Amino acid sequence: MTDTKPPETRESGTAPAVALHTGTSDPRTLIMRNLRQSGIYVAFVVIVGLFAILTDGVSLSPGNITNILLQYSYILVLAIGMVILIIGGHIDLSVGSVVALTGAVSAVLVIQQGMPWWVGVVAAITVGLAVGVWHGFWVAYVGMPAFIVTLAGMLLFRGLTLQVLDNISLSPFPAEYQKIANGFLNGLLGGNGYDAFTLIIGAVAVAGIAVSGWRTRAARVRYEQSVESFPLFVLRILLVGAVIMYFAWQLAHARGLPIVLIILAVLVIAYGMVTRRTVFGRQVYAIGGNLSAAQLSGVKVKSVNFWMFVNMGFLAGVAGVIYSSRSNGAQPAAGNMFELDAIAAAFIGGAAVAGGVGTVVGAMVGGLIMAVMSNGMQLMGIDQSVQSVVKGLVLLLAVAFDIYNKRRVGANR
Amino acid sequence: MTDVLLEMRDITKTFPGVKALEDVSIAVRRGAIHAICGENGAGKSTLMKVLSGVYPTGSYTGEIVFDGKPVHFNGIRDSESQGIVIIHQELALVPYLSIAENIFLGNERRGTGGLIDWNRANAEAASLLKSVGLDENPTSPVIQLGVGKQQLVEIAKALSKEVKLLILDEPTAALNDIDSAHLLDLLRRLRDRGITCIMISHKLNEITAIADSTTVIRDGRTVETLEMKSSDSALDAPSQNATQARIIRGMVGRDIDSFYPDRESHAGDEVFRIEDWTAWHPTQDRKVVDGANLNVRAGEVVGIAGLMGAGRTELAMSVFGRSYGRDVSGRIFMHGKEVRARSVAEAIRNGIAYATEDRKRYGLNLIADVCRNISAAALGKLARGGWVNGNEEIKIAEQSRRDMNIKTSNVMATVGTLSGGNQQKVVLSKWLFTDPDVLILDEPTRGIDVGAKYEIYTIINKLVAQGKAVIVISSELPELLGICDRIYTLSAGRITGELPVREATQENLMALMTKEKELAG
Repeated sequence: MTDTKPPETRESGTAPAVALHTGTSDPRTLIMRNLRQSGIYVAFVVIVGLFAILTDGVSLSPGNITNILLQYSYILVLAIGMVILIIGGHIDLSVGSVVALTGAVSAVLVIQQGMPWWVGVVAAITVGLAVGVWHGFWVAYVGMPAFIVTLAGMLLFRGLTLQVLDNISLSPFPAEYQKIANGFLNGLLGGNGYDAFTLIIGAVAVAGIAVSGWRTRAARVRYEQSVESFPLFVLRILLVGAVIMYFAWQLAHARGLPIVLIILAVLVIAYGMVTRRTVFGRQVYAIGGNLSAAQLSGVKVKSVNFWMFVNMGFLAGVAGVIYSSRSNGAQPAAGNMFELDAIAAAFIGGAAVAGGVGTVVGAMVGGLIMAVMSNGMQLMGIDQSVQSVVKGLVLLLAVAFDIYNKRRVGANR
Repeated sequence: MTDVLLEMRDITKTFPGVKALEDVSIAVRRGAIHAICGENGAGKSTLMKVLSGVYPTGSYTGEIVFDGKPVHFNGIRDSESQGIVIIHQELALVPYLSIAENIFLGNERRGTGGLIDWNRANAEAASLLKSVGLDENPTSPVIQLGVGKQQLVEIAKALSKEVKLLILDEPTAALNDIDSAHLLDLLRRLRDRGITCIMISHKLNEITAIADSTTVIRDGRTVETLEMKSSDSALDAPSQNATQARIIRGMVGRDIDSFYPDRESHAGDEVFRIEDWTAWHPTQDRKVVDGANLNVRAGEVVGIAGLMGAGRTELAMSVFGRSYGRDVSGRIFMHGKEVRARSVAEAIRNGIAYATEDRKRYGLNLIADVCRNISAAALGKLARGGWVNGNEEIKIAEQSRRDMNIKTSNVMATVGTLSGGNQQKVVLSKWLFTDPDVLILDEPTRGIDVGAKYEIYTIINKLVAQGKAVIVISSELPELLGICDRIYTLSAGRITGELPVREATQENLMALMTKEKELAG
């Protein structure tokens, strides 16, 4: 094994050549890499287009777009927490039950006890946090697999929901509470048949994306990193801007800017930053990517795992508020199977089953793919059973694509 | 005495870029205990894998004659059907199955209708256990047994297959003295029953005590085969020593050429010292590190030499925030002051860094990019209020890429796509970014090519020139002799010697590395 040849520094001699060749100039690698990163967005556009054609444009009508958002907002909120857990190598099967429990607590306080609407919101989120602490304790400090802990939680919190509600549904919430999920910001700045405020917010969002994209790009250029070519960059910004403005235009022609959309946007931006730019976020990726290496790098694995679950609990509480507000009450069976939709969203959005890979934005697109498909199939009057089959197949193929991709990367090693 | 059971002739096995075995020949007499020794990586295990069919016929050249017939194996099942059974160092028992179930796993005793006849199986198991001297109920689960007894179960399992040639890979590496003695005793009894045995071992006193002949392998070639005994009387002490010395010479006898960059040594004040360091195996009842003392000074490279299983990595990892073992005890001093390093974070804060021997499993996040791997152990230095300064991070990574000459087009490349040498440079960059006072490098050049090795040595020299203290753990003695100022030897968890490099030779190091605890107990 130990060949003792003279110190021939063959490798170092060819360093510049190597550096040139493994650059991003090779079109094949460029396409493959981009496909891997953007495959999900392409799929999203194709699916949206497909259903637009199949439903004669109904699926893209202003009213329907608003509907999709309102109907799936709580799944998207859950998917944010779920993708973070999946990146860290965990899972949470209990979020459906937690949505039910937090909504139930809120309903009992607001509807039964007649407390103000905000007490319900605070109570629901507190209960969600407590659930997160509970799960985090068992997973992080006792060292149990999240699958088991949250499977137990799924039963446990469903049972507590029934206890809290005494097996009956509670309804209705006061108007302020209902507004959380059903309200709109409309007419703040007037407009002729459309809501100017929504359009302005849309324009601000586009400007924000353009500026932050430009700044990131400039910084990378300054640090001599490879960036996409300038025309490609402009094209991407224009494309994203066009989609957002179209979207805002449609919303402005319906009922205006949904409050839920604002909540969702704040969460997505905040968590996007947390996962990419904070020490905590980095450590989540490090733990999911290689637990032993993270441990030997001084990452406090237990604490990070714990806070991941607390965070999931918080978001489940938020989702519980939105869902109870949307359904205007609390039901014992609320939130059933939500966990599966949230998990599917994360995986379709490119999260890896083994952990270490995934993005919040990806999970959002994954969730929207599910949402657009369900909604489109409903519009087409397709039977529930067929819908379920299609959704199942999409999840299967998305993860198969991920595994296929990883094998390719592995083969190149 | 010319009855040869096994003959392997001119075996050559090549892996891409490496000749693991070259014209190795070995002849094993029927009814003998034949020892094979050699350094880590000399090719012992490869030879046994060729023999047992793990590397099938056609993937090597040469000839194997077993029991008078040429044989061609295409897998373990083939060789087992001929009566060749290999017992690996890592035992292959299923912990929650019973002893009998383990013994007959894959070889079940069937009764009517293809169902397993448990009465027969348990009865046969009981008699097999008796023949290996193990007094246990065949229905008790294997996990309740200690390692020594598990080893006996493995042997019982081998006997159940009507074994003609039993191969044991480092059978006593994980055993305490009593269990080792017991095992050697059993091997003698098996020999008396006519079972031929090949034993791979580092422990020379065991070899001289039990083997009838010994083949020494070095760098994939047979060096020589020694006959150990003229009659059945054991060798006396002086000739035992002479034989051991000859084996050691055979194991290490190779030239060191000018493969290591020059360095003037300027050792300064003591930076790091451990006293009475002891760590227990996490699940078994034995000390893996036993009362170790060592120190290293600023600007000094100190080597730790030891054979596989001597406790080198365990020593380093237990020091590094107690990442290994249980009931770790002992004291750590940095710059003469005692420090606490009960977690990895604490160890890093106190200026200790440990670069693992297994970079893929413990060192790197292979699916993340170069940049994030480099910052992973000191992310706090790049963050303010929990927010990471990504641009600064890239700058640091770029700087490491240039300093270390990491060959990658940019620091956003996935680490898993880099070559072994460049991955190792990423690991080093990561630890240097923590700005340590003492760096423990565990097998820093394992699995990387010659040119990259030279670069790693140059980096080590640069570090000590900056006044860092470096500890290098290595299986390759020439490497330690080439780069260290001082070398400690480790054997069975104990520091058995400490030599300045000018007094050290491969022979005297190997003698210290194979030194057992004084045979008083």
